[in-house]
Amino acid sequence: MNRWLLWIPLVLFSLFFAIVAGGLMRPKDNIIESKMIGKPIPEFALPAAIEQRPALTTTDLATGKPQLLNIFASWCLPCIAEAPQLLALEQAGVSINGIASRDTPEDIANFLNRWGNPYVRIGTDVRSAVQLELGSSGVPETFVIDGNGVIVHQHIGDIRKEDVAELLDILEKAG
Amino acid sequence: MIAEAGLIALWLAASMAFLQFALCTIGLVKGQDEFFAAIRPVAIAQGVLVALSFLLLVWLFVRSDMSVKLVVANSVAIKPLIYKISGAWGNHEGSMLLWVAIMGLAGACIGIFERNLKTKTLVTTLGAQAFISIGFYAYLLIASNPFERIFPVPADGQGLNPLLQDIGLALHPPTLYIGYVGLSIAFSFAVGAMITRDVGPEFAKAMRPWVLGAWVFLTLGITAGSYWAYYELGWGGWWFWDPVENASLMPWLAATALLHSVTVLATRDGLRAWTLMLAVVAFSMSMIGTFLVRSGVLTSVHAFAVDPERGSFILALLAIYIGGAMALFALRVGTVKEGSQFEPVSREGALVANNLLLSAILGIVFIGTLYPLVVEGFSDEMISVGPPYFNLATGPLALILVAIMAAGPLLRWRRDQAKALLNRISIPVFLTAAALFALVIFTSSMSVLPLLGLALAAGIAVASFAPLWNRNLRRTPMHVYGMVLAHFGVAVALVGMASETSFTEEKLVAATPGDEIMVNNWKIKFQAIEPVAGPNWTALEARVTAQYEDEAIHEIAPQNRMFASAQMQTSEAALLTRWNGQLYVVLGDSDEQGRWQLRIWWKPFVTLIWYGGVLIALGGLLAMVGRLRRAVRQKQQRAYAEAVI
Repeated sequence: MNRWLLWIPLVLFSLFFAIVAGGLMRPKDNIIESKMIGKPIPEFALPAAIEQRPALTTTDLATGKPQLLNIFASWCLPCIAEAPQLLALEQAGVSINGIASRDTPEDIANFLNRWGNPYVRIGTDVRSAVQLELGSSGVPETFVIDGNGVIVHQHIGDIRKEDVAELLDILEKAG
Repeated sequence: MIAEAGLIALWLAASMAFLQFALCTIGLVKGQDEFFAAIRPVAIAQGVLVALSFLLLVWLFVRSDMSVKLVVANSVAIKPLIYKISGAWGNHEGSMLLWVAIMGLAGACIGIFERNLKTKTLVTTLGAQAFISIGFYAYLLIASNPFERIFPVPADGQGLNPLLQDIGLALHPPTLYIGYVGLSIAFSFAVGAMITRDVGPEFAKAMRPWVLGAWVFLTLGITAGSYWAYYELGWGGWWFWDPVENASLMPWLAATALLHSVTVLATRDGLRAWTLMLAVVAFSMSMIGTFLVRSGVLTSVHAFAVDPERGSFILALLAIYIGGAMALFALRVGTVKEGSQFEPVSREGALVANNLLLSAILGIVFIGTLYPLVVEGFSDEMISVGPPYFNLATGPLALILVAIMAAGPLLRWRRDQAKALLNRISIPVFLTAAALFALVIFTSSMSVLPLLGLALAAGIAVASFAPLWNRNLRRTPMHVYGMVLAHFGVAVALVGMASETSFTEEKLVAATPGDEIMVNNWKIKFQAIEPVAGPNWTALEARVTAQYEDEAIHEIAPQNRMFASAQMQTSEAALLTRWNGQLYVVLGDSDEQGRWQLRIWWKPFVTLIWYGGVLIALGGLLAMVGRLRRAVRQKQQRAYAEAVI
């Protein structure tokens, strides 16, 4: 056997050591940002989540005017917490579209009856397929989309009162 | 005082380890045998002291001594006794103390029982064992002292993670740790043998029972862990390819390869370098696994105590021990004489194939587990590697592996004819083909891997008994029965896995009391929701009755538990086991109209997965006992022969 081959295990271990030591040095960052920021939203066509609102497709999100795309679910508690802020944004004249993640029509209807319905259109994303394509890893999340259908901003987690002004600002700049 | 006594015992044990290492080194360097005589008693003393230290920690938990920081953080006075005890190792410091305790006891066991190794190799082995222990003692004493006091003394503790308050998990870590750390013996044997260049059949025969013992515990530990995850996490799955699970699987794969290659070394004096490497790799994987779990360098659903500084400490230990052993391998193995040769179609050939496939699977799991870390290192991307990769990459290899497993034991050592093998294995091959045919015709849309798995399992189940055909069953050695049982266990587990993957039926419903749900042949009736209370939790319990066809009606009660001390909710699945599978019911949340989410699975033959695991472990146990008995008998015969002459 070639003597040099015997060093392979040590070389492999050194490689492992380097990778892991590098991993230990790096600070942990638990927020996962979407890779889709700055890109047009992916092609999709979601059926209507409830009867009272139309379905949602990609073309609905490129209307020449910036909009919000909010991912929510009736089973999600922070979504209840952010409901007043979404209503406030709607009052301020922002057009908001919704994607209901892993939900049923009855549950969505109940949720909206109770906490308010700020949405122009709501698509139902039963298997979170579109959510994943958007690069979203949880609910609630909100995307700011410009008039050409390009994602300009991603807001992770519920929209707090203090976030509303910032979102309005970004929407204005996108216009 | 108990805490101080525990700490003193730990320091004393550490100094014994140091003495043990010193005796070995001085003895080797000076070549003076009088140093060697003392090493066994020192190893035993070290084992006793570290075990005492661990028992004192358990005692602190039993007494709920809230002046000890670790007890405060991981226990609460109202907890049931068994979970107070298991609380001692349900945390970082305690589990590391358990680790060194087992390591010390393993050394003591070598000191007491090992009589077959040459003195010099034995001494070096014990020296290596002590050298590893020293690092972990340093780690405990410097970076994770379990006996630290807290002042002022709080009124009560913060409780143990509710997920860990379960009988399965109380026993799972000790079992797994005995397996993990038991492999340190193989590691130390290999280091000892590399230093003394004493590698051969005698060495392999001495090492084999230790490897088998550790492997039995590791197998049981993984099996128990899989079952725990299955019923406690309430996700209905039995293997998630989570980094922590992989951390336990990797040493098992290496140890499985090792215990097959060690047989080649013991019987045919082949695969010398390879066996040494595997012995090093197996325990290295244990240490790497511990590091991955404890350092938090990988994100896992098992969010144990995580601390990057401790991670650096363990990583430094890894560099010294694994790096050192591998450097030793590179320097020394070239001077170890090569063993005997063999033809590709032979028992050795099959065992080499087994080893290569196991190593390949190990490599795939290792790369998959570390890949997220590599990607993070070179870009800002965060990824996770999931079951699709692992299943697809390891599945086909695993199936080839089990097919070889069926054929291997039927081959002769050194050289055999492929045609003769086909003759011997014709019935299992026919069975596999028949099963495949039947499955394709009678089931709809099974995916390829489970389909092949199920068909192969039919053949393997029979083939595993083939080594007993045409043999005098009473004169067949016990270790052959062990092998037969373990291989049969693989077939059994394979049926469980394939069946669970292909035939599981799942229903998710929002039900109000009074509703009836049909799943497969089960009639499930949701009767009521009631609050119940346990010693340290309250829960909402669903009263559910389940009836299989026209059989008796069973009551089951899935719960949503709220733990008072941890403010944490767990879901207690309700299981109903029949011979042909398990009904698995989980209670979810309620909605506004008083409907409750019920998730119901019918999993045909799922229990075979764990029965298979237990059979594999039993097979290993039988093989170990058989080997030991045979060694004792041969020694007696030799003694008798000498006496007669």
